[in-house]
Amino acid sequence: MESIGVLMTCPMFNYLEEQLENKFKLFKLWNFSEQKQQFLKENSNSIRAIVGNASFGASSELIDSLPKLEIVSSFSVGLDKIDLNKCKEKGIRVSNTPDVLTEDVADLALALILATLRKICESDRYVRSGLWKRGDFKLSTKFTGKSVGIIGLGRIGTAIAKRAEAFNCPISYFSRSEKPNTGYKYYSNILDLAANCQILVVACPLTEETRHIVNREVIDALGPKGVIINIGRGPHIDEPELVSALVEGRIAGAGLDVYENEPEVPEQLLGLDNVVLLPHVGSGTFETRKAMADLVIANLEAHFLNKPLLTPVV
Amino acid sequence: MAAQAQQPESKDLPVVLLLRQFPFISSYTDIFSNKFRSLNPSTSSLPLNDFLTTHANSIRALICSPQKPFTSETLKCIPSLEFVITTSTGIDHIDLNYCRSKGIRVANAGDVFTEDVADLAVGLLLSVLRKVTEADRYVRTGFWLSKGEFPLGSKVGGKRVGIVGLGSIGFEVAKRLEAFGCMISYNSRRKKSTVSYLYYPDVRDLAANSDILIISCALTDETYHIINKDVLSALGREGVVVNVGRGALIDEKELVRSLLQREIKGAGLDVFENEPAVPKELLQLDNVVLSPHRAVLTPESFSAFHELVIANLEAFFFNKPLLSSVNLE
Repeated sequence: MESIGVLMTCPMFNYLEEQLENKFKLFKLWNFSEQKQQFLKENSNSIRAIVGNASFGASSELIDSLPKLEIVSSFSVGLDKIDLNKCKEKGIRVSNTPDVLTEDVADLALALILATLRKICESDRYVRSGLWKRGDFKLSTKFTGKSVGIIGLGRIGTAIAKRAEAFNCPISYFSRSEKPNTGYKYYSNILDLAANCQILVVACPLTEETRHIVNREVIDALGPKGVIINIGRGPHIDEPELVSALVEGRIAGAGLDVYENEPEVPEQLLGLDNVVLLPHVGSGTFETRKAMADLVIANLEAHFLNKPLLTPVV
Repeated sequence: MAAQAQQPESKDLPVVLLLRQFPFISSYTDIFSNKFRSLNPSTSSLPLNDFLTTHANSIRALICSPQKPFTSETLKCIPSLEFVITTSTGIDHIDLNYCRSKGIRVANAGDVFTEDVADLAVGLLLSVLRKVTEADRYVRTGFWLSKGEFPLGSKVGGKRVGIVGLGSIGFEVAKRLEAFGCMISYNSRRKKSTVSYLYYPDVRDLAANSDILIISCALTDETYHIINKDVLSALGREGVVVNVGRGALIDEKELVRSLLQREIKGAGLDVFENEPAVPKELLQLDNVVLSPHRAVLTPESFSAFHELVIANLEAFFFNKPLLSSVNLE
């Protein structure tokens, strides 16, 4: 397969790059950012695959510029940066890396909950700045037993629920339809979910319907003791509404791994003690990135050997 | 207020010596002062032991805490003392031999803080493995914009977690980490027949077979510096230490040296040997998460704890069984 052209959209993970270089003819789009049009004109006929990720996938424009494109093998679970309709139209296969990062994202959701409720980052700043010698630190909030409401009970939502159960948390969820045999309380209305939980976790895919699913109404239903955790996508939350709710104390806190305009984070959040801010590291462990990279390559190999994709989307 | 008018005169109430301020939260101030008369040495200009000698014969009960250490000399100034209650789970700051010899009963905070401590242990561990505090700093200082992607962390699932001291806190930590797909083993004085986790009679063997050590045992003469140079080196370069017990359970100098020389990977610490002093080398390290001995400070546990202290004192003065007595045998 060494002659097959694979276009990588941006730097993702050294191991993936090395593996792709070993097995395929790798083009690194970021090396041609100045002369992208020129590059595509010269090489478009030899590129048969795109490897993209959650921040740089396959736009309609990029797909149109590659007439020989057969497959988009994405180094991500989310597909919102890939024009899926266009792929379907043109018979281009799409694969992602589901499951392998489920545990990491769920772990990070719990890390954000604990860090936000128990003020772990604030405590660490307090000790490092030498304030401990001067006096008392404020109380934090107990996690065990708090009600957790999950938006989207897919793989990641289910993994979060399983972990929160070990902390004796009652679990409820909102999704398009009720899931059988979960034992968790289902709300068909997100406002009811928010009104009946203290920790609201966003864990659904980003679609037209779920964009800004957490809006002012949902935030107000959650209330001043509520905490929002977002390990989904930034646009799930109406960010200016979240910021004003945090600044005005209409909710107690937030743990965020994703933002509407990454890597930009709203300026007002940077000075707040009741938020924990992470730079989109949901799947950011070495073990998981390696498993994802292996899956991206396995999907490409399967495709070019005319075998079924391991994790097909289209 | 009518309710207060019905209370007995303050001078008739049982006296409780406060070696540390109590209640901690104002919502319990009236409840406490309606039941007991506080004797607070910090309001007197006399040195502590002189103050005690002047009140010696009226004191039968005292409240203490590890944050305000006192010596057995202090106890000896109060020959009428019958009951000591500490605001902590740990009892290492009390001269138990003296109490035993004088028939003084001791009570602690029982299990009211267990869940909070276990939660913090898990929170510290997740924070170290997933670099939460470091990542939060990275975002706040604008490095995400200027430097790009943040370095990768370590996966939690599949890690071998060794728990040093499988008491109620250690057990709750184990239960939580099982849900993350961690494999649990433990060291304690005796093998527990009620759990199926792998038992190591030697803490060094536990460390050699673990990626993570969680320290949750009581501080005693036997457990002082139980985590020493040998144990840390057995844990190894990929190892992480989390301490929610007491600072002196770890040889802190060795811990600092191991962290600086990257002989272990990271640490999450709620306790230190000389609180509130924290080794200054730690303040510069990104691979440690530092917490100011606040594992128990949530309002939920605090209310439960105030109820427990008051209930124990009432039980003592009314000759009823204590709710969370410490076995001194």
